[in-house]
Amino acid sequence: MVIAEVASSSRVDAAWRVLATVLDPEVPAVSVCELGIVRDVIDHDDVLEIVLTPTYSGCPATEVIEHDILQAISAAGLGPARATLRRAPAWTTDWISAAGRAKLLAYGIVPPGPASNAEVPIRFFPRAAKTVALACPRCGSHHTERLAAFGSTACKATWRCLACQEPFEHFKPI
Amino acid sequence: MTQGSIQLKRDPAVQYLLRVGDTALILAQRLAEWCGHAPVLEEDIALANMALDLVGQSRALLTHAGKLEGAGHDEDQLAFLRDERDYFNATIAELPNGERGGDFAFTVLRNLIVATWAKLLWERLQSSSDAEVSAIAGKAVKEARYHQQHAADWVVRLADGTEESRRRIDDALATIWRFSAELFESDAVDTAAHAAGLGPRFADLREPWLAEMAAVFDEAGLAIPAESAFRSTGTRGVHSEHMGFILAEMQHLQRSYPGGVW
Repeated sequence: MVIAEVASSSRVDAAWRVLATVLDPEVPAVSVCELGIVRDVIDHDDVLEIVLTPTYSGCPATEVIEHDILQAISAAGLGPARATLRRAPAWTTDWISAAGRAKLLAYGIVPPGPASNAEVPIRFFPRAAKTVALACPRCGSHHTERLAAFGSTACKATWRCLACQEPFEHFKPI
Repeated sequence: MTQGSIQLKRDPAVQYLLRVGDTALILAQRLAEWCGHAPVLEEDIALANMALDLVGQSRALLTHAGKLEGAGHDEDQLAFLRDERDYFNATIAELPNGERGGDFAFTVLRNLIVATWAKLLWERLQSSSDAEVSAIAGKAVKEARYHQQHAADWVVRLADGTEESRRRIDDALATIWRFSAELFESDAVDTAAHAAGLGPRFADLREPWLAEMAAVFDEAGLAIPAESAFRSTGTRGVHSEHMGFILAEMQHLQRSYPGGVW
């Protein structure tokens, strides 16, 4: 019995180590673990269950991520495995790890600030007080402006740096 | 070979969820029509991204509605094999994007109307007695906030922009405002949903919705139009002349190639 438990826990630990190498297909700078979408790994003896929480309702990467994860687990000889979806609690950018945030920044994407889950008042960007300018991930200048509320994916906004003239993205808090 | 239609069981809870899910799905289809045609690249991308969020919300709701219906219908069958009368989206979602293949002012004003409604609805659906609906809402409400913010920014910018942009917002308002009333109509379907704890009565969303719309309109220098007697009826399955064309395009592949997958 004790031996079985040790084996089970090492299989789960090994799975977590494998998952730490599976990168997000849309933002290949961070792993699915650093993004915080792998919520649990459960050993059911016959099958390993990987519990995932999707980032956005319509994120097209969700199915690719599931596929990549199962393939990596299988390639490591830890299968058979299945992925299950856990919607609640909803994913938040607050679950992105410190290491993940550092990697995003190095990749040229400004990591998200704290997400407010409370009701947020409607803000008017054109006139009312502007949002705090982000620091450019390349030159560090705060002389930046937001170009668009959405970017190459729903999770990012498009900004540009007026000092170094380079565009960059912001991972929006959600 | 073509695929025939499925028959939907008209259960109030199923119909309630489809009113929300179909409104998201059909608006997503309209927003996706902008792909490659929006005024600027950033907005092209923004509209496509919001369409994706709406498709995702719709998939989750249709899947769950299919389970509640209990007839073995999955999200694809519900999206692609229902007849027009079994669609319960609000008519406002199916209106074409505007004149000459698309008017950006019309699109952002409609988005503001629908996203503000959706945000208030999702907020309340978070406390649904149905755990799956509550979980879907927990995610969707965050997305709806961004959709509302995006639309509000643009309505303010266009209304307080050039003569041309103001004229377009005024025209859009004159055309679509009357379709917003349907979003707050209550009947046996949402009354039953409310009694069961599934979700709010739509009529109860009207006051908070008007307050948020008024905040945006104040900033934009627009006046809330007077209420008219006109009521569209999409949520009861009786649609405008535009609905059939959307379904023809949306359903063509699954009808002509039954069960086709990527």
